[in-house]
Amino acid sequence: MQRYDQDIIAGLIPAGSRVLDLGCGNGDLLLKLKRGGVTDVRGVEINDRCIAACVRKGLTVFHGDIDEGLSDYDDGSFDYIVLNQTLQVVHKPTLVINEMLRVGNRAIVSFPNFGHFKIRWHLLSKGQMPKADFLPRDWYDTPNIHLSTISDFEVFCGMRHIMIERIIGLRSCETGKTAKYFQNLLSQVGIFVIKSKREI
Amino acid sequence: MHVVDAIPRIRHRTFDALELDCGRTLSPVTIEYETYGKLNAAKDNAILLLHALSGSAHAAFTNDRGEHGWWEDFIGPGRALDTDRYFVICSNVLGGCSGSSGPGSVDPTTGRPYGLNFPVITVGDMVRAQKHLVAHLGIETLLSVIGGSLGGMQALQWAVDYPNLVQSIVVLAAAKRLSAQAIAFNEVGRQAIMSDPHWCQGDYYGRTPPDAGLALARMIGHITYLSEEAMHEKFGRALKQTNSYHYSFSEDFEVASYLHYKGNKFVERFDANSYLYITKAMDYFDLPDLSSIKAKLLIISFSSDWLFPPVQQRALVRSLRRRNKDVTYCEVQSWRGHDAFLLEVESLTELISGFLDNVSR
Repeated sequence: MQRYDQDIIAGLIPAGSRVLDLGCGNGDLLLKLKRGGVTDVRGVEINDRCIAACVRKGLTVFHGDIDEGLSDYDDGSFDYIVLNQTLQVVHKPTLVINEMLRVGNRAIVSFPNFGHFKIRWHLLSKGQMPKADFLPRDWYDTPNIHLSTISDFEVFCGMRHIMIERIIGLRSCETGKTAKYFQNLLSQVGIFVIKSKREI
Repeated sequence: MHVVDAIPRIRHRTFDALELDCGRTLSPVTIEYETYGKLNAAKDNAILLLHALSGSAHAAFTNDRGEHGWWEDFIGPGRALDTDRYFVICSNVLGGCSGSSGPGSVDPTTGRPYGLNFPVITVGDMVRAQKHLVAHLGIETLLSVIGGSLGGMQALQWAVDYPNLVQSIVVLAAAKRLSAQAIAFNEVGRQAIMSDPHWCQGDYYGRTPPDAGLALARMIGHITYLSEEAMHEKFGRALKQTNSYHYSFSEDFEVASYLHYKGNKFVERFDANSYLYITKAMDYFDLPDLSSIKAKLLIISFSSDWLFPPVQQRALVRSLRRRNKDVTYCEVQSWRGHDAFLLEVESLTELISGFLDNVSR
């Protein structure tokens, strides 16, 4: 299956960048980056089977829990830290985002957008925990514990003096179409490029 | 056609002299080794495999004496160390008692076994001896250096000492320095041997060896190689013969009987002095400076290993990462304790074969 979220993220990262992908899964994004000329890529992943899959792809990965922070890494040791569709499953989102902005010059964060109109309509019409094709699991069966909307994440960044460089609203992971307007209503996935304001 | 190549070739290599970390020179030096697979024309498919404390050069296949290779499930056609692709070399460590020079070897100056006159050796010395062997085989670069426990320490030492020779290393259940706890267990093991009246300051060759002491050292070692869970799984509180207690100091429990069995088996094939020398070399092992490493690294820990717990491998990985080394880390979930590096065939094969596949490309 084509992963447009990965294509978009890969397109945001210039060749020659040092990249760390948190929750890199089977390493598909890292491999895409590598093949696209971004050679200094590393991943962190909690699942040992995924680690083995990454090793088979020739990727450099660390078996660990990103909720424990990135204390092993020095400040600014990467150009980009990626957290693709993982924010909603971490236990400590604030810690993870802060650590990303400490260790990386920029962070790219993507997550399923709970502000999407289908989600809103599901809750309004049925009065039940929303499900959609991009959020298919039942409330009792989901790893997602920190769901948010594009608007929520903008507020989160604003409160923490995090600079938002760019927001991309992905209307569909399958078609790759993006939303120019009403991003919070129309996007299934929000992709943020953020940066710490401390350098300014 | 590969079957013929797969038969282990047992060889010895003797060279004139080896300068040791302690300042002494050992002369001559013999290293026993086995090889599996075939060295290719470019001589770039060689893997050096390094054994742990009690291992030998016999890593693969079951030999004509019925002895299993210590890593035989990992070596052979289609296995982690695929002998259709790689040329695998495994040598007995310096100080050992399975063919390489050690305290049981004959001292040419006296014509008698060295005993305690054998110089105290280090992991660095073991690696320097292996370097002679690799050079003798005409190999200029090693595709990988792989080992678990003491073997993992040697692999790290290789990467530090010979950065231009080593393309990659795989370190299983080892650390960049031996911990106080491990040194403590080694010391108790050595004391068990040295307290045996048959030890005679190491000068027991040709007489009754200190079997009781060595068996006890092995029993202590075995406890550290298993996890609490592994002991529970294997033995629990199972009784050896009857369903009732003996109310004596005989071996009531299966676990006790197992340890005795392991201890008694061990003395048949291992020299007590070698146990002293090799454990001492482990104690001295400490690599404070990893900056010279150029090899790609795969570091593997095992969740239930309490002799070399994952926290130690993570510390190793952290120092490597700080120096921007190309290091991959995986903690394999296993209840088998330290011995998992010999037993977790499926998950290790997946990791190691995938890793080597990319190094050899």
